Amino acid sequence: MRRAILILVPYLWLLALFLVPFAIVLKISLSDYNLSIPPYTPQMDFSNGWWQGVKDLFAAFDFENFIFLTEDDLYWKAYLSSLQIATISTLLTLMVGYPIAYGMARAPEQWRPTLMMLVILPFWTSFLIRVYAWKGILSTEGYLNQVLLGIGVIGEPLTILNTNVAVYIGIVYTYLPFMILPIYAALDKMDGSLLEAAEDLGCSRLSAFWLVTVPLSRNGIIAGSFLVFIPAVGEFVIPALLGGSETLMIGKVLYEEFFNNRDWPVASAVAVILLLILVIPIVLFQRNQQKQRESDG
Amino acid sequence: MPETKFEPWNDPNEKPLIEFRGVTKRFGTFTAIDNQSFDIYTKEFFALLGPSGCGKTTMMRMLAGFEAPTEGKILLGGKDIAPIPPNKREVNMMFQSYALFPHLSVWDNIAFGLKRDGKDKKAIAARVAEMLKLTRLEKFANRKPHQISGGQRQRVALARSLAKAPKLLLLDEPLGALDAKLRQDTQFELMDIQETTGTTFVIVTHDQEEAMTVASRVAVMDDGRVVQVDTPDRIYEDPNSTYVADFIGDVTILSGSVTPKDKGYELRFAEGQPTLYADSDLSLTDGQTGYLAIRPEKVAVSPEKPEDRRNALKGKILDIAYLGNLSTYHVELPTGQVVKAQTANTRRLANRPFSWEDEVWLSWSDSAAVLLER
Repeated sequence: MRRAILILVPYLWLLALFLVPFAIVLKISLSDYNLSIPPYTPQMDFSNGWWQGVKDLFAAFDFENFIFLTEDDLYWKAYLSSLQIATISTLLTLMVGYPIAYGMARAPEQWRPTLMMLVILPFWTSFLIRVYAWKGILSTEGYLNQVLLGIGVIGEPLTILNTNVAVYIGIVYTYLPFMILPIYAALDKMDGSLLEAAEDLGCSRLSAFWLVTVPLSRNGIIAGSFLVFIPAVGEFVIPALLGGSETLMIGKVLYEEFFNNRDWPVASAVAVILLLILVIPIVLFQRNQQKQRESDG
Repeated sequence: MPETKFEPWNDPNEKPLIEFRGVTKRFGTFTAIDNQSFDIYTKEFFALLGPSGCGKTTMMRMLAGFEAPTEGKILLGGKDIAPIPPNKREVNMMFQSYALFPHLSVWDNIAFGLKRDGKDKKAIAARVAEMLKLTRLEKFANRKPHQISGGQRQRVALARSLAKAPKLLLLDEPLGALDAKLRQDTQFELMDIQETTGTTFVIVTHDQEEAMTVASRVAVMDDGRVVQVDTPDRIYEDPNSTYVADFIGDVTILSGSVTPKDKGYELRFAEGQPTLYADSDLSLTDGQTGYLAIRPEKVAVSPEKPEDRRNALKGKILDIAYLGNLSTYHVELPTGQVVKAQTANTRRLANRPFSWEDEVWLSWSDSAAVLLER
């Protein structure tokens, strides 16, 4: 009985804060655009009794908006471009994050809490302000260009802001801690004598890294990659602030449909499809976590 | 046919496999190994024995190549091994924590070193099968390390380190994680495997019983120095110092000034007590301080003063430790010193002749005690 209550609480939480909003979004995505408040039809109308109202509601539902998404190539291009940007930035984050996590795990014991603190520290400032700050760094007259011009590496300022490069920098910067922490956790658990054993059995330092360290941090790499990839696909703020007109991401499309076109039904359809696309990696992520728990146990 | 005894260290024609030549190892200002020289011979089962922090693990890590000597040389088959990195040495190590790769099966763990050598698949499979058979692990080849017991893991670690047929196998406290019963069985198994494979084994341990059981020779270490290198029986019967006598087994040590007499010396250990005699080859001056080490099992306990023995002391039983097959008596002399004596319990408990507070005589033969200089 107590167990049932314990389980019930988080499930009620999920029901109220995830499933109910999703049902509302799904309902809107099946509705039609209308110049009204709210800007879609049908509305709930229970004047003929609630059963008749529900029946009328379902009768008016159609998949028009989803079909529309396939007709205009903007949408699937935006999805593909989002997936591509998320994939590339996940790989970049891994390449930057792994050495940092490795260095932290190899650092002297007394330094580790400080290093951990430094990784988490950016979270203490608003995400929006930090991304905004990158505008100042990356712009044509920004700090980066001034420094590079000053030391004479480049002859004229680089155009980074308002390109995909700026978006990659923004995503890598923002999501780096999510990559570092699970990899660090995996490396930290690793017994140092395993590397000595690998060397003793004929491995060079480098092959010991590939044959022992990397496989043993695999779960950390997978967890970190999903933690970066999943939010990066739907990312809106970073492409909006740092990206240019050529940066096509589904989060931005969603925002424009919703707030600029006020086409709630199409925007909802975009969101539903995005969720379906993300369900696959989320399920894979869950399975990885499950497997990790089994191998630990 | 008389079997020739395995004693390469007594054969002047025998070349040692490992030679430590004035090896010193310092970590910062701390001296872990202090100018040590000794030899290890082919096919030996050599034990480095000492309390924790005595430098025995450092000694082993220098052999494996994880540490380099600060001064001096280590020769393997006559060649200095300092420039050879650990992955190129014909030395393999069995780690104290076993260090099995958790992501690989038992089979892959054993094959790990062979694969690095670039041997062909058939040769690897044959060698792994041989190792699995040697360590009786055939049934567990496909299991992961976390799916087998501690004793099985210990055998996987052994099989993995033996797979490459190293010239020298290093074992770092190999039985430390096993319970007492399993440890005993495994000791005999280790000796069997050492004999079957003919590999030279160097074992590091702090357990003197383990060293005595498995080793052909034992090096007793203290504070970065090898105090004595000898066969287990000579270490026990003929220790060269009070440190070795005290570290190996149980012992009573009495000190006092010595006077030459007969084939040995007489020791005056306390005022008002009879002098004690021990045969000895040492050359001590009259009046020098000597230490007499007496093993408890060599001391007889009797109710009356024995007439036939020169060494006899009277005392009161302070404590009796009943160990089942043996009983150890702690007998207090009038001077307050305590002498340990051990007798085999060949009779049932009810017939035990002595009890607490009993006055008894302790005696031992002329050759029973060992006289030591330090």
